[in-house]
Amino acid sequence: MAWFRKEKKPRAPRPQRLEIPADAWEKCEACGHTDIREKFIRNLNVCPECDYHRRIRAIDYVNVLLDDGSWEEVLGDIRSVDPLSFPDYQARLKKARTVAGEYDAILTAAGTLAEAPVNVGAMDFAFMGGSMGSVVGEKIARLGQRSLERKHPLIIVSASGGARMQEGVLSLMQMGKVAAVLSQLAERRIPYISILTNPTTGGVSASYAMLGDAIIAEPGAVIGFAGPRVIKQTLGQDLPEGFQTAEFLLDHGMLDLVVHRRDLKQTVGRLLRHMSGKPAATGWAAS
Amino acid sequence: MASTPTLEFERPIAELEKQIDELKRLADDQKLPVASDIAPLEQRLQSLRQQVYRNLTPLQRVQVARSSKRPFTLDYIRLCFTDFIELHGDRAFREDAAIVGGWARLDGETIMVIGHQRGRDTKENLKRNFGMPHPEGYRKALRLMKLAEKFHVPVLTMIDTPGAWAGLGAEERGQSEAIARNLFEMSRLETPILATVIGEGGSGGALALGIADRVLMMENAIYSVITVEGCAAILWKDGKSPEMRERAATALRITAPDLLENKVIDDIVPEPLGGAHANHVSAAQTLRDVLIKHLDELRRIKPDKLVRRRREKFLKMGQFLA
Repeated sequence: MAWFRKEKKPRAPRPQRLEIPADAWEKCEACGHTDIREKFIRNLNVCPECDYHRRIRAIDYVNVLLDDGSWEEVLGDIRSVDPLSFPDYQARLKKARTVAGEYDAILTAAGTLAEAPVNVGAMDFAFMGGSMGSVVGEKIARLGQRSLERKHPLIIVSASGGARMQEGVLSLMQMGKVAAVLSQLAERRIPYISILTNPTTGGVSASYAMLGDAIIAEPGAVIGFAGPRVIKQTLGQDLPEGFQTAEFLLDHGMLDLVVHRRDLKQTVGRLLRHMSGKPAATGWAAS
Repeated sequence: MASTPTLEFERPIAELEKQIDELKRLADDQKLPVASDIAPLEQRLQSLRQQVYRNLTPLQRVQVARSSKRPFTLDYIRLCFTDFIELHGDRAFREDAAIVGGWARLDGETIMVIGHQRGRDTKENLKRNFGMPHPEGYRKALRLMKLAEKFHVPVLTMIDTPGAWAGLGAEERGQSEAIARNLFEMSRLETPILATVIGEGGSGGALALGIADRVLMMENAIYSVITVEGCAAILWKDGKSPEMRERAATALRITAPDLLENKVIDDIVPEPLGGAHANHVSAAQTLRDVLIKHLDELRRIKPDKLVRRRREKFLKMGQFLA
């Protein structure tokens, strides 16, 4: 018999390791910070480390701006056709509808923002680069018409490379179409707020994006008429650091504000109350 | 009449012209009766021109529209109007010579004419920036439109640009905003606006002078959302080869008949045989008559109704399924 006996303890079960599936992680495109997707989403897809504003979908913007459960999609059944029989356009449309959704490059919604009714059009870069063809123009025009009829402010969130080449000059004319509606809103003193996200270039920047009663951009968003690549080509030299970013435009007097995504709703709400002659909302005035 | 050909497909025409000229000179020198020899040649020249110009491919139209031999805005101003006084500057930053404008008279009546101006040679093109305006050009244009509105004078615009300038300064000073502002203000300007695409209507830089009660196009002008080179480069990674450029030019539907069919323009102004560059005076005369006709109609409409109709016109543009 041994003097000493090794006391046999029953083996405690190993503490359960928190299993995170590999695909639950996301990496920030700007700083490389890796975090659980949930954390990114809770932070409205802004990197918790570097504040990089990642690209989000049209429906996300509607959710960021409008009161929970207050909104519904409107004008949802306008569809693109192929007016010029442009090579591959039908196939590209079909693919975009599968990938991005049926609402083309803009989701139009009516709802409330801090309990005040508004109409929101949010562009979706996932649908053919947010390109503006007849449907985008028509939906904005009709949404603007709706704003005119009901005297509800109009908000447009831009995310677009510009006009949709596949509809040729018809796409170009959408710039004129939207301008025609916005000038009516202006005459009737109905506020229009333009929110620019990454990217806002070409025909979209040269029409409704730059015509807001207030123009707000998300930090770091690339905004410009010509894309940086085109300018680099014409100049044959590198572009200065930060050229065509939201901050650059703010410095050059082209924007009213650069606003963090988490403050977007509150900022728009406050602006709208100023422009509609309403008193400050409780809790907002102090901030 | 002999001229050096700039366009490949015009070479046979130019060669025949040269032959006829030489024959004439020979006849003059040696006092020979050659009229009977020349007549059939001139007839052939006529039918050759007809043949070439009736069958222009879309890419050839692009080349004609861009040709530096075509009449430019200042040429049409000189040939269509009288009493022109050019006005300069945007009152904010500087003068932009890529857009010209000022008071003039059409058939004796005061109008405000504003148009893109290209250059014929390198020196002038440097001054005019190849007809590609900076924001201040568009702001000057808007200033002149407002001036015209103030004095109840109609605005006539001439569109002829590859596009708005893409460069550092243009971006810094708000190229997008300048164009957008013009679209916005033109859609509520309480005076008749009559726009004519005389050469190349290049995208937003063209549209910034193009929100009008009537939009006309010269027969060989083009109007497009993107250059054929840009389109071919983006879609087929080849913006240089003639095949891909032709493909883009065809696909984009940029010729005057295309735009009339798609209800983007209201009228096509016929050009003399061989294109406007073959005979500036005759091209300008036709344009002048068409402008007078349209302006007469527009002058009869009250300003508020004009604006309403102008908006309705642009609101109808586009094709979709609803």
